Amino acid sequence: MTGAKALWATLASHGISTVFGYPGGAIMPVYDALTFYPEVRHVLARHEQGAAHAAEGWAKATGEIGVCMATSGPGATNLVTGLADAMLDSVPLLAITGNVASHLMGTDAFQEADITGITLPITKHNYVVRDVEELPRIVAEAIRIARSGRPGPVLVDIPKDIQLAAFQGEIPAPHARPEAPDPSPESIERARELLRGARKPVIMVGGGSLDASAEITALAHAWGMPVITTLMGLGVFPASDSLWLGMPGMHGSVAANRAISEADVLLGIGLRFDDRVTGRVNSFAPNASIIHVDLDAAEIGKIIRTHVPVRGDARVAARLLAEGAQPTARPDWAAQLSEWQGRTQMPTDWGAGYAVKAVVDRLRPDDILSSDVGQHQMLAAQLARFEKPRRWINSGGLGTMGFGLPAAIGAGMAEPGVRSVVIAGDGGFQMTAQELATLKMYDVRNVKICIINNSFLGMVRQWQELFHEKRYSEVWLGDSNPDFIKLADAYDVPGYRARTAEELPAAIDAWLADPKSALLELVVPHEHGVFPMVPAGAALYEMIETEPVKTAAPTPQRQATEETSEA
Amino acid sequence: MTEARDQLLSILVRDEPRVLTRITALFGRRGYNIKSLSVGSTEHPGVSRMTIVVNGDRGVVEQAIRQLEKLHDVVKIIDHSLEKYVDRELVLVKVAITPESRVEVRQIAEDFRSRIVDVGRHALTFEVTGDEGKLTAFIEQMRPFGILETMRTGRIALTRGSNADIPTHVYHQGATQALQPTLQVEPREERARAVPNIF
Ligand SMILES: Cc1ncc(C[n+]2csc(CCOP(=O)(O)OP(=O)(O)O)c2C)c(N)n1
Repeated sequence: MTGAKALWATLASHGISTVFGYPGGAIMPVYDALTFYPEVRHVLARHEQGAAHAAEGWAKATGEIGVCMATSGPGATNLVTGLADAMLDSVPLLAITGNVASHLMGTDAFQEADITGITLPITKHNYVVRDVEELPRIVAEAIRIARSGRPGPVLVDIPKDIQLAAFQGEIPAPHARPEAPDPSPESIERARELLRGARKPVIMVGGGSLDASAEITALAHAWGMPVITTLMGLGVFPASDSLWLGMPGMHGSVAANRAISEADVLLGIGLRFDDRVTGRVNSFAPNASIIHVDLDAAEIGKIIRTHVPVRGDARVAARLLAEGAQPTARPDWAAQLSEWQGRTQMPTDWGAGYAVKAVVDRLRPDDILSSDVGQHQMLAAQLARFEKPRRWINSGGLGTMGFGLPAAIGAGMAEPGVRSVVIAGDGGFQMTAQELATLKMYDVRNVKICIINNSFLGMVRQWQELFHEKRYSEVWLGDSNPDFIKLADAYDVPGYRARTAEELPAAIDAWLADPKSALLELVVPHEHGVFPMVPAGAALYEMIETEPVKTAAPTPQRQATEETSEA
Repeated sequence: MTEARDQLLSILVRDEPRVLTRITALFGRRGYNIKSLSVGSTEHPGVSRMTIVVNGDRGVVEQAIRQLEKLHDVVKIIDHSLEKYVDRELVLVKVAITPESRVEVRQIAEDFRSRIVDVGRHALTFEVTGDEGKLTAFIEQMRPFGILETMRTGRIALTRGSNADIPTHVYHQGATQALQPTLQVEPREERARAVPNIF
C-alpha cells in the first residue's frame, strides 16, 4: 500500500464520507489512489477556498469534522482563508495538502510554499509528514485534535515522495472522542450562589453551546432567566420562547443590549466576548457579576473580567446549574424586558430588510440557513427565527465574504434531505460564484440561493454613510454587476427575480418550488441600513435604535465625490 | 492590575521542527514581549526545555500560560513565580583595559568569582554566571573601564527540591504517546486546580 492509499484508508476508517478538494501536481498520487476508495466521495470545488468553506458548512451543520484537500503552493494558499475562518469559529476541519518531494522542500521548488509556516497561527496544529509509516497515525491524531476540546482546523502536509512510498504498518482505528472536563463543584456552587441573589439576571450563549441546547433551555426555565444568543449561538435557544431576547452586540436587539447593560448577573456559556458583541469593553455589562462557562481556559478572563469562572463542558455545566435552581419571580425585570422586546421593529417598506424577512419567514425549522457577509447577514441574523441549533451557518469571527454559497453547498450535501438556503449580497456572492459549477456537476438539488442585490457593498456603504460623510468610495457595484439570472443559467441553475414587494411572493414561491437548486435575485433599493447599530467603539447602551431619517441620497460614487469636493 | 515585572516560565516541549516558532509566534501575536529565551535538551529524549522571561503583570502571564497550554507540542508549563526556584544566566563581558586599570579590573572580576576566558592586549573577556542581580552588578562595576561587548545567554531556571514538589503548579497538555513512558504527566483535570483563584 502506498502512503496515498494509507491516507484514504485512514480517512475511511474514521467514517469520512466526503472530501472537498482540488487536485494538482503535488497531490496527484493521492488523487490516483482515490480511485481505489469508492467509499469516500470527493467533491471537486472550483476554487480551494470554496472547498474549505464547503467543508466548514458540512461541519457546522452536522457537528462532525469537515475535510478539504489541495495541492501544494497555490492550492494550499487558497485554503488559507477557510482555515482562518474555521479557527475563529471553532470549526473542526481537517485540511490535507500535498507538497513537493521531501528533498525539494526548502529549495523554492516549483509550486512550493511553506504552508505549515503560513498556517501556523491559524490552525490548532499542523504537521508535515516526514515518514510514510507515520502518516496514518498523524492523520488520526489530526482528526482527534480537530474535534477535541474547542474544535478547530488542523492541517497535514504530505510531501509527494511520502504519498508514493510503500506503507507497511496498520491503519489505526479512530481515537475515542476525549471527554471534556467536568466543571469543578466549587465553581458551580459559587455560580448558583450568584444566581440565587440575582434580581436582573441574563444568560448569554454562544457557538460553544451549540450542542447544549436542551440543557440551556431547561436551565433558563428552571431559573426563569432570559436568554440572549450571540451571532454564533443563534438557535441554541428557541426563538419562539418568550424568554428569548435576541442577539447582542453591534447589530443586536434592543432587548439584548439593554438587558446586558442593566443586568446584575450575566451567565455566559460557550462564548468568547468578541468585540462585535461587547462594544466598548469597559462599559460592557457594567453592573453585572459575570459567570463564564467555557471549555477553553484561555477564553476565561481574556477580555471581560470574570467573577465566577467555570471551566468545563457547556452541557454538563448547564445541567448542574439547573439542578440547583430556585425559580424566583422578578416582576420588575420581566416587565422591563418585555418593554424592550416590544421595541423590535420589523421592516415595513420594500428594501433589503423587507426582502430578507420575506425569505426567512418561509424557512421551516429543519431548513439550514447560511449567509455571506454584510448587511444581509446581519438582517438575516436579526430577522430569522431559529428553533434549533446548527441551522444557522455564517462566518462570524473572520467575516469572510464568499463564505455563503460554498458553505451552503457543503451543508446541503451533508443533509441532502434538508433545504439549504443561502442569503448573499451582490458583492460577496461574486467572490465564490464559480461554485455554481459544483451544484451542476453533482446535481445538488437542495441549495436555494438568494442574492440581495442592492448594487452596493452595502455594509461598507453604511459605514461610509454614517462615519465618512457619505463619501461612497469604491463601493458602487451597480454598473458592473452581471445579470445574475443569466450567470446562473450558464451553469444550468434556474433563476428567479423580484424587483418590488408585489413581485416578491410569487418569485419566492417559484424559487422554492423548483425541484432543482435555484437562484433568486431580489433587487432592492440602494441605500438601506441595518439597525439597531452600536457604532464601533461605543458602549452597547449607546446604540442607535432606528435608522436615522435620510437626507438627500447621492447614489453612484461619482456624484458623492463631487458633492464632498465642494464641501 | 498588578505591576509589570519579570516572570519566569519553563516550558517543556516536544523536540520537533517549528516548535520554537510556534511558541514564540504565540507570544508575538498576542503582544507579549519575550525578554529572554533559552532552549536546551532535557533528561527526557524528545523533550526540550525552554525558559522564557516575560515582562508583564500576572494577568498577561496567566493568559500566556493558558494559550500555551493549548499547543499540542507543549508537554508541561512551570510557572516559577508560584514556586521557589534557582535561576542562572551566563554572560560574556569584554572589558577594555589599560596598563593602569588592569589590576583593578582583575580584582573586581575575582570578587565576582568571574573567570577570564580571553586575554588581549587591550581587553579582557570575562565569564560570569549567576542570577540576574549578580550579572547586572558585575556589568555596572565594569562599565567605568569601558565595556566593548557583552553577550548574555538568557536565564534558565529549575524548581527547587525534588520533582515530586513540582506538580502543584505545573500546567500541561496531554503528551503524545511517545512521551508518556518517560515523562509522568498529570491527568488533564489536574490543571484545573492549578490556578486556585480562577477555577
Ligand atoms: C473577503 C472580504 N473582503 C472584504 C470584506 C469587507 N466587507 C464586509 S461587508 C462588505 C460588503 C458586502 O457587500 P455585499 O456582499 O454586497 O453585501 P451587503 O452588505 O450589500 O448585504 C465588505 C466589502 C470582507 N468582510 N471580506
